[in-house]
Amino acid sequence: MSDPLRGVVVSHAGLAQSLVAAAEHISGVAGALVPVSNEGCDGGSLKARIGEAIGAGPAVLFVDLPGGSCLAGAVRIARDQGRGIAVVTGVNLAMLLDFVFHRDLPPAEAAQRAVDAGGRAIRIPPA
Amino acid sequence: MSIAVVRVDDRLIHGQVVVGWGQPLGLGFIALVDDKVRGSGWEQDLYRMGVPPGMEAVFASVDEAARHYDDWVKDRRVGLLLTGDIDTIAALIAKVPKLRRVTLGGIHHKPGRVERLRYVYLTDEEVGTLRALVRQGVEVVAQDVPTARAVPLGEFAP
Repeated sequence: MSDPLRGVVVSHAGLAQSLVAAAEHISGVAGALVPVSNEGCDGGSLKARIGEAIGAGPAVLFVDLPGGSCLAGAVRIARDQGRGIAVVTGVNLAMLLDFVFHRDLPPAEAAQRAVDAGGRAIRIPPA
Repeated sequence: MSIAVVRVDDRLIHGQVVVGWGQPLGLGFIALVDDKVRGSGWEQDLYRMGVPPGMEAVFASVDEAARHYDDWVKDRRVGLLLTGDIDTIAALIAKVPKLRRVTLGGIHHKPGRVERLRYVYLTDEEVGTLRALVRQGVEVVAQDVPTARAVPLGEFAP
């Protein structure tokens, strides 16, 4: 059996830490998600931070914006490592909550599932 | 219009550039001058992802930027010229002496660099290059976002 996926949340400032804390608080699942902030990083040091957070196993990288330094760092490391790393943009709490309970999937499937879950959470409820 | 800002930022196209500067200036294009990115299609695709509709990303080598600079200045849209390091902007100014102001927006820590401002780390050699630009009449300031004060080089690297 392969290692369960690790989720790495990559964001500007302290957003990643807060999202991970909220996901752990709600789900009760600890250790599945690792936060990475781009604070004080150039491209090289952010890539190193993300690589350290990924570790040896397969992972899904959840990035805050669909462009910019966080995405650039995530895509660069996914390209370097080849298979085993998937990248999702527009991270939200709903997708992280779904992800922590489906870490046995291949990275690409887990990423698509997270995108679907995150997208379903974006609504305009009746007032 | 013209090139409103000439910025050095090692993160290249990212949120502070696109949103922080892009929104208040009404940027129509970003000219990213970087020989490495110019030669990499996938890196260009990556940076284009961060550019909103209505804003164009133009990729150029230093030589190409020197050739196109006057066209960018004449462009009706508001533009921002962006490089990722001090050497690149110095090389461009050597070819385009009319470029008279440089804004350091984000140069982060690496071995050998010393913190000069919260968002500007420079080696002594990089400071020397910037001082040489100042001696040539180029105004060198640090300013991460438009709402911050533009800090002259003499204040953070005297």
